[in-house]
Amino acid sequence: MFPVNFEISKTHLLSRKKQTLVAMLGVTFGIAMFILMISFMQGVNRFLENTLLQATPDIHIYNDIKTDYSQSIAGDYYKNGELTIVRHPKPKQITPNIKNAEQIITDLQKNTDVAVVSPHISTQVFYNYGPVQINGLIDGVDIMQEARLFGIANKMVTGKIENIRTTNDGIIMGQGLADKLNVKMGDMISLATPMGTSMRFRIVGTFQIGIGTIDNLKSYVNTVSVQQLLGKDRNYITDINIKLKDIKNAKPFAAVFQKKYNYKSEDWETSNASIMSTFIIRNILTYVVSITLLVVAGFGIYNIMSMTINSKMKDIAILKAQGFASKDIIQIFLSQSLIIGILGALSGMAIGFGLSLLLSYVPFPKTDFASMKYLPIIFELKYYLGAVFFGIITTFIAGVMPSIKASKVDPVVILRG
Amino acid sequence: MKEILRIEKLNKIFHEPEDFQVLKDISFSINKGEFVTITGKSGCGKSTLLYLLSTLDTEYDGKIFINDTLITGSSQNELARFRNKSIGFVFQFHFLLPEFTALQNVMIPALRLGKYNEKEIKDRAYEKLKQMGMETFAEKLSSKLSGGQQQRVAIARALINEPALIMADEPTGNLDTANTQNVFDIFKELTSVNGQTIIAVSHDEDFARNSGRIIHMVDGQIETN
Ligand SMILES: Nc1ncnc2c1ncn2[C@@H]1O[C@H](COP(=O)(O)OP(=O)(O)OP(=O)(O)O)[C@@H](O)[C@H]1O
Ligand SMILES: [Mg+2]
Repeated sequence: MFPVNFEISKTHLLSRKKQTLVAMLGVTFGIAMFILMISFMQGVNRFLENTLLQATPDIHIYNDIKTDYSQSIAGDYYKNGELTIVRHPKPKQITPNIKNAEQIITDLQKNTDVAVVSPHISTQVFYNYGPVQINGLIDGVDIMQEARLFGIANKMVTGKIENIRTTNDGIIMGQGLADKLNVKMGDMISLATPMGTSMRFRIVGTFQIGIGTIDNLKSYVNTVSVQQLLGKDRNYITDINIKLKDIKNAKPFAAVFQKKYNYKSEDWETSNASIMSTFIIRNILTYVVSITLLVVAGFGIYNIMSMTINSKMKDIAILKAQGFASKDIIQIFLSQSLIIGILGALSGMAIGFGLSLLLSYVPFPKTDFASMKYLPIIFELKYYLGAVFFGIITTFIAGVMPSIKASKVDPVVILRG
Repeated sequence: MKEILRIEKLNKIFHEPEDFQVLKDISFSINKGEFVTITGKSGCGKSTLLYLLSTLDTEYDGKIFINDTLITGSSQNELARFRNKSIGFVFQFHFLLPEFTALQNVMIPALRLGKYNEKEIKDRAYEKLKQMGMETFAEKLSSKLSGGQQQRVAIARALINEPALIMADEPTGNLDTANTQNVFDIFKELTSVNGQTIIAVSHDEDFARNSGRIIHMVDGQIETN
């Protein structure tokens, strides 16, 4: 680009400062909002994702109870071809355990992509508290494996996770549940299964993950304890939770495991499908609003450039008469809109950062569901670069059409007057 | 004498508002270093002819040769480069860029040509303004100058790249006698000393008579006598 073209462009911009500033502020506003929205929305997404991952394994293998009644033993009894109608068929006694669990676990442990394998026995229980029965869940686990899965060691409110291994009847309870039962470290508590069996446990610790549905419902005990409670043998396992070395592989591996072991195998995104869909909605919202803002800014620039060019017909004719080519005219006017775009984008970036910073100090009221102190804001360079990139592209597109129109001006028509 | 410009059978027709032939079969040639004045009644087509010769208007029939090269049919880009280097143009209505100072207006064609650095261009532009008696207004915005002052700046601008051809459409239309004489003397010197060629349109009879050659137009044709 010829320096003189740039000089002319600069003089044009400076000779109508107000218009330039208004056009620039449009871009500034668009970019700032884009950055603010994306930092906040992605912050919320990440917060939720982290929270979910504290409660959901990368892959969960379990025995899905089938509700497929297309096959019936009725046919075995009535063989003479008569039509047999069975109303309301029900499954016969089912056991929700994984039959060859031992084998699957050893196989998974050999898999180099798997980081942690944690076998579970989960069942519903009633926590007895005087005359009140509170419905909840009990998870029989190898606590050390479970800790590697979800990092509960850091979420302990009282006690230590190791306590559970040194006692036979130890239980680690969700803090919310303990509060409801009004029990503390060292207290005894009685659990009853839906089948009627019951056992007593001593509380050796409480945890708080930050998700109400877990803290208010769940307790951990040793695998053996649940096997005893349910009256099952030592091979009885209902769930296998897996942490992968790379969570991105969860989906494909889940499919592989399902095929290989012939049990339902679910990746964490599928387990949380309803919450994941809100991620998508938030993302769409962010992009729709931001792009709308940028398009509006783009129209502002288009308008101002068109007006400028209409009022500069004479100048364009003079420049052409003195040997400025169409290319030079395009450079002169396109660079004006790009300068507006670049300055607008940079100031928008600064303002977007400032607003995000302010927002990240806004306290968030404490709720059952989420334990965050402030609004979750992500500061990531790529959002800023992306915003600047889109801002400049928008102003470029907005500037191109008027500039091309300017370059097509026929000087003779203008100069003849 | 070397020929610098030759035109063969130029015809120009305006189609709006109705078909109207402004130029009819115009042919002539001009040598290097000539000082030519085109005269004729208002509306006879002088400005139109000058736009064709300056390569700005490319919609015509016939041929234009400059330095024995056929200009007719060249691309807009080639013509722009050619104008920048070889043609200086003074419009009938002295158009300057209003946001720029007188000095900047004179400098711009030279900056585009890029033959000298900015400092040299500034000195040269100042020199040209001085020739036109405009040096005291160098830093003034061109939109704040009087008509005659603007015209003198426009002439300075046409001279800045030392073009082989200078075309001026009534360059002294707004000037008093003293300034007219000054411009005439400068033109005379440019042709005789520098060997530049000048084609000027003028209603001023003295100006025309004292220039080297008169081309008189009547109704879009050249009157031969
Ligand atoms: N764009 C146009 N469309 C139609 N007719 C035009 C156009 N421009 C000029 N004309 C006509 O062409 C003729 C020649 O115009 P031109 O401007 O060349 O005259 P001129 O000799 O320069 O006159 P003057 O001495 O007044 O400047 C005039 O009759 C004018 O009306
Ligand atoms: Mg005229």
